[in-house]
Amino acid sequence: MAKITFITSDNETITVEGNSGSVMELAVKNNVKGIDGDCGGVCSCATCHVHVEPEFTSKTGEASELESDMLEFDDLTNEYSRLSCQLQVSDDLDGVVFKVAK
Amino acid sequence: MADTKNKTCVVIGASHGGVNFASYLRREGWEGQIILFDKDPMIPYHRPPLSKAYLTEGDLEGNLLKPKESYEHDNITLKLGQTVTSINRADKTISLQDGSAQAFDKLVISTGARPFIPPIKGIEDPKGIFAMRTGEDAINIKNAVDASKTKRVVIIGGGYIGLETAASLNKLGAKVVVLEREEHVLARVTAPVMSDFFTDLHQEKGVKVLTNKNVVSISKKNGYNQVVCDDGMCYDADLIVIGVGIRVNTELAKNAGLDIENGIKVNLFTQTNDENIYAIGDCTYHYNSHYQRYVRLESVQNAVDQGKIAAASICGKEQEYNAIPWFWSDQYDIKLQMVGLSWGYNEVLVRKEEVEQTSFSVWYFKDEELLAVDAVNNAKAYVLGARFIKGKQKINKTKLVDSSIPMKPTSFL
Ligand SMILES: Cc1cc2nc3c(=O)[nH]c(=O)nc-3n(C[C@H](O)[C@H](O)[C@H](O)COP(=O)(O)OP(=O)(O)OC[C@H]3O[C@@H](n4cnc5c(N)ncnc54)[C@H](O)[C@@H]3O)c2cc1C
Ligand code: FES
Repeated sequence: MAKITFITSDNETITVEGNSGSVMELAVKNNVKGIDGDCGGVCSCATCHVHVEPEFTSKTGEASELESDMLEFDDLTNEYSRLSCQLQVSDDLDGVVFKVAK
Repeated sequence: MADTKNKTCVVIGASHGGVNFASYLRREGWEGQIILFDKDPMIPYHRPPLSKAYLTEGDLEGNLLKPKESYEHDNITLKLGQTVTSINRADKTISLQDGSAQAFDKLVISTGARPFIPPIKGIEDPKGIFAMRTGEDAINIKNAVDASKTKRVVIIGGGYIGLETAASLNKLGAKVVVLEREEHVLARVTAPVMSDFFTDLHQEKGVKVLTNKNVVSISKKNGYNQVVCDDGMCYDADLIVIGVGIRVNTELAKNAGLDIENGIKVNLFTQTNDENIYAIGDCTYHYNSHYQRYVRLESVQNAVDQGKIAAASICGKEQEYNAIPWFWSDQYDIKLQMVGLSWGYNEVLVRKEEVEQTSFSVWYFKDEELLAVDAVNNAKAYVLGARFIKGKQKINKTKLVDSSIPMKPTSFL
C-alpha cells in the first residue's frame, strides 16, 4: 500500500492510497484534475504529465528514452517531469508527492 | 452560466467521446443530471488496446476509461445495455428500445462508428468470422484463437486495426495472413514508405501480408472457413477478422432531421443544426481550422477534445475547436505516432536517425507547408512535428533530412 499525494494547478491537495496499476490510473480513479490519461497509458499523449517533488526523485527513478523524448520539448517540462502512466504504484512510492503539470 | 440544477443532459454513446464529455461537463460546473446511454453492456473501456495489449496480455478490468466509482463521484448516471432508437426533437426526448423515453434539455450524440462488413458471399454466416470494435469482439477473438489447435487466421483488410490484430495474434502463436485489396497496406493513411516498412516488419515476424487481394467469397468447410480471392487463390482460416473500415452511426441523427454530410455535421462548437443537440467523436463531420476544411476523424484525440469543447459550449464558455489531430499505433515493439493530416501532400521527406536502426520519421509537405509527421520509434520527431505544424513553421528541408543535425526546436530553421 502506498500513500500518494497530488497537488493540482489550483493548489488542491489530494492524498490517496493505491496498491497496483500506474500513478496515472490512480489519479484518474480519484478524479485528479489535469491528469487525463487519454492514450490509456502507452506513453503516446502526454496528458498525464507530473512534476515529482524534488525530494522524492530517488524513489521515482529514471524515465525511459521514449518518455523523456515525449517530454523534452514540452513547455511545461522541467527536470522533475515524468509521465505518470510510466510510474507503477508500489510500496516504493509511499509518501511521494506529485505536482500536476497542467 | 444559467442555472442548470433542474436541467438534464443526455448523452448517447458512452465511449471515449461520451464518457470524457460527461466528466468535463461536471468540471465545467453543470449541476443538473447527466445520463449516459450505451447499448454496450460493459463498463466503458479504452478501445485502442483491444487490438493491441488486450489480446496478448491484458484484461478488460485494467482497461476501463474510468473506474465505476468515478461515475458515482461525479454523479453521472450510466445506463448500459440500452439502445436508443430515436431522437424526438419536438418534445426533446429520446426513445429507448424497451419502449421508455428520456427527456433532455441538452443532448450529445457520440454514437461513433461500427465496423463495415463488406458484401462478400458467405460472410452472413458468422461462425468463425469476427469484427474488431467492441470489448466483446476482442474477447471472442481471443477465445477463438485459444480454442483453435491450428490457429490459422485470415485478416481481411490491412489498415491499422487489421495490422495490429495481426501482430497481436502472431504473438499468441497464430499463423496469420493479411489480405489487402489495395496495392499497399495502410494505403489510405500513409505514404508508400510507411506501407513498405510495416509490410516488411510483419513479414519478418512471420505474418504473410498479401496485397491486391480482393476477397470474393467465404465458404464453410468442415469446421473452418475458406477465403477465396478474385485471383483464384484460397486461404484456410480457423478464424477470420474483418478490418476493412467503418460506417458512421448517423442514423439517429439523420432520422431526427439533423444535417448529415459524411457524418453528423457540427459547427466549431460541436453543435448540430439544432441548438440543443451537439455531436462529438468519430460520428462527426467537423471543420478543422488549421487545415481549413471539413474532416471526419477516427481517433481518441478527436473524441476527447471535442468532448471538452462540447462541455464548455453547453456551460456557456464557448471555445472554438482547433486541435491538430494525433494518433498512434503499436505493433510488435514498434511505436508509430502520427500528428497532423497528410491529405493533399505533394512531397514526402524521410529522416533516418543515425543511432537507432528502427527510428525514423516521415514528413509530409504541401510545397513549403508541413502538413503531418509519422514517427516510428521517434517521439522527438512526433513532438517537434506537432509544434512545427501548429506554429506553421517554415522548415529547412535539407537540414531536416540530415541526421547529423540533432532533433531540436531550432535545428531546421
Ligand atoms: C481496435 C481499435 C483500435 C484503435 N486504436 C486506436 C489508436 O491506437 N489510437 C486512436 O487514437 N484511436 C484508435 N481507435 C479509434 C478510437 O477507438 C475511436 O476513435 C474512439 O473510440 C471514438 O470514440 P467515440 O466515443 O467517438 O465512438 P465509439 O468509441 O465508437 O463509441 C460510440 C458508442 O456509442 C454506442 N452507440 C452507438 N449507437 C447507439 C445507440 N443507438 N444507442 C446506444 N448506444 C449507442 C456504441 O455502443 C459505442 O459504445 C481504435 C479503434 C478500434 C476499434
Ligand atoms: S497516459 Fe498517455 S502518455 Fe501517459
